[in-house]
Amino acid sequence: MKTNRSPVISNGLVILFALLFIFPFYWIVTGAFKIQTVAVAIPPEWFPLEPTLQNFADLFKNPVWRWTFNSFFIASCEMIGVCLAASLAGYVLAKKSFPGRVIIFTLFVAAMALPKQVILVPLFTMLADFGWVDTYHGLILPAIGWPFGVFLMKQFAQTIPSELIEAAKIDGCSELRLFYNIVLPLLKPAMGALAIFTFINGWNDYFSQLILTRSTPMMTLPLGVATLQGEYTTPYGVLMAGAAIASVPMIAIFVLFQKSFTQGITMGAVKG
Amino acid sequence: MLSSIIRVKRYVWRDWLMSYLFLLPAMGFFLLFVAYPMLKGVYISFFNYTLSQFDFVGLANYKHLFQDETFIKSMRNTVMIVIIAVPVVISFSIFVAMTIYRKSEWLRSLFRGIFYLPAVSSVVSITVVWASIYHPNYGILNYITGFFGAEPIAWLGEPRTALLSIILVLITTSVGQPIILYVASLGNIPASYIEAAQIDRASSGQIFRKIIWPMLMPTNLYIIVITTINSFQVFAIIQLLTSGGPMYETSTVMYGVYEQAFMLGSFGLASAMGVILAIVIGIISIIQFKYLGSDVEY
Repeated sequence: MKTNRSPVISNGLVILFALLFIFPFYWIVTGAFKIQTVAVAIPPEWFPLEPTLQNFADLFKNPVWRWTFNSFFIASCEMIGVCLAASLAGYVLAKKSFPGRVIIFTLFVAAMALPKQVILVPLFTMLADFGWVDTYHGLILPAIGWPFGVFLMKQFAQTIPSELIEAAKIDGCSELRLFYNIVLPLLKPAMGALAIFTFINGWNDYFSQLILTRSTPMMTLPLGVATLQGEYTTPYGVLMAGAAIASVPMIAIFVLFQKSFTQGITMGAVKG
Repeated sequence: MLSSIIRVKRYVWRDWLMSYLFLLPAMGFFLLFVAYPMLKGVYISFFNYTLSQFDFVGLANYKHLFQDETFIKSMRNTVMIVIIAVPVVISFSIFVAMTIYRKSEWLRSLFRGIFYLPAVSSVVSITVVWASIYHPNYGILNYITGFFGAEPIAWLGEPRTALLSIILVLITTSVGQPIILYVASLGNIPASYIEAAQIDRASSGQIFRKIIWPMLMPTNLYIIVITTINSFQVFAIIQLLTSGGPMYETSTVMYGVYEQAFMLGSFGLASAMGVILAIVIGIISIIQFKYLGSDVEY
């Protein structure tokens, strides 16, 4: 350590930035408990002195339970679908040789680099032709096609020792049993990361939800809150209450599974 | 002899078949919901495609866009966002990662988590709170700048500040993943390299330039590429905070795609915008890989 000053400055700056990053969330949570006159007061009330639950009561006059169910249901189905499809595909792409393997993997990777939003217009017209707009399957199934999961699982499956698979085969293990009993347990850490990743992305995929949903009961929680934001009469406190419950589940999941989540992000990138 | 060859062949053939069966779900969903829409997007960009029409018009959509002032403005805004956001995200993330990567596991997780908060939260929550922070009359930002004698500003309503205000929100939602990645790859740099340099009395600037920066190159490449792609596609923040206004000052190509397709109902024109955006992103990604990836091993 040559100088002691620069670490002090950089530590201080990082703490300051961290506080600035936390502030919006503090503002959401405290705002959710403020009555309208307090929420728009200048100078602002830094902490709600007379907290109220009225905002939550008003918020739940909208179908918030249904929106919450929709968000959970859609994100969970996407999570299960992606994990299943990606682990099967990732395993054979990493551990099997068959004609077309390299081409197929290249196709997946190339598609991953393309911007997802660009396909949303044609995807929408296609789903509209199917009559799938404003349905659960219309919201869920397209997300399973996104190739990131396959890429992640392939990278991870490569670390499985081939001897293990060979040995199981010599013992006369069938392909499905081999996958289920040997490969799947070994893929578990990557699968955990992929599951959380997919769930959070599914919950937060605002653009898809916006264009593929029509009716109020089919809306997701973030989308429902966004429509409240569009109405100018909605009091701030109600919006903040909505903002709080639209994000709290994701923040909780992230905090609980941070380790596995962080591993997933690093696995997909650093080891390339 | 012959029968054993046939048996081996049959075995190989069965093995291939199993592999294809394993690939089928992922491949099926991918072809139907990603590959096919991609091709269809290119196809319908040559059509005048609205709710009532579907007429082949050749390159007319593209011609129209390159003469359309709104589109050019959106393109300019998009490029501005990328040019400002990407370097800020990269340098901010490296700064934070450098500061926290040698702290205790507990502190590292804490700070990583804090900077990841905006990325993991719903973009709707983020925009709800920023709309209140930026509010001209009772926003907290004007209250704070008021202490320094500044006049209240309609941050999202004035052409001067609207785009920058959007970029600031975008930056806070973009640094989470880069910080996680930089912390991971800084942790992989052997401490002995840095200690050796310190013994040789290298300055911290020299250590950064000669040791740390080169060792971060593979991570840099990945982060620059994904941050660029994400910045090009910023949509929800804009739709929810400004709807592209004032006077298209914050409209981006992605917002234009949404507006054309889902508010004005012209899918052909929207697809043409999407194709142009994809080509621009593709070219820039290739340049980044060529320029930055020359000494990266994958």
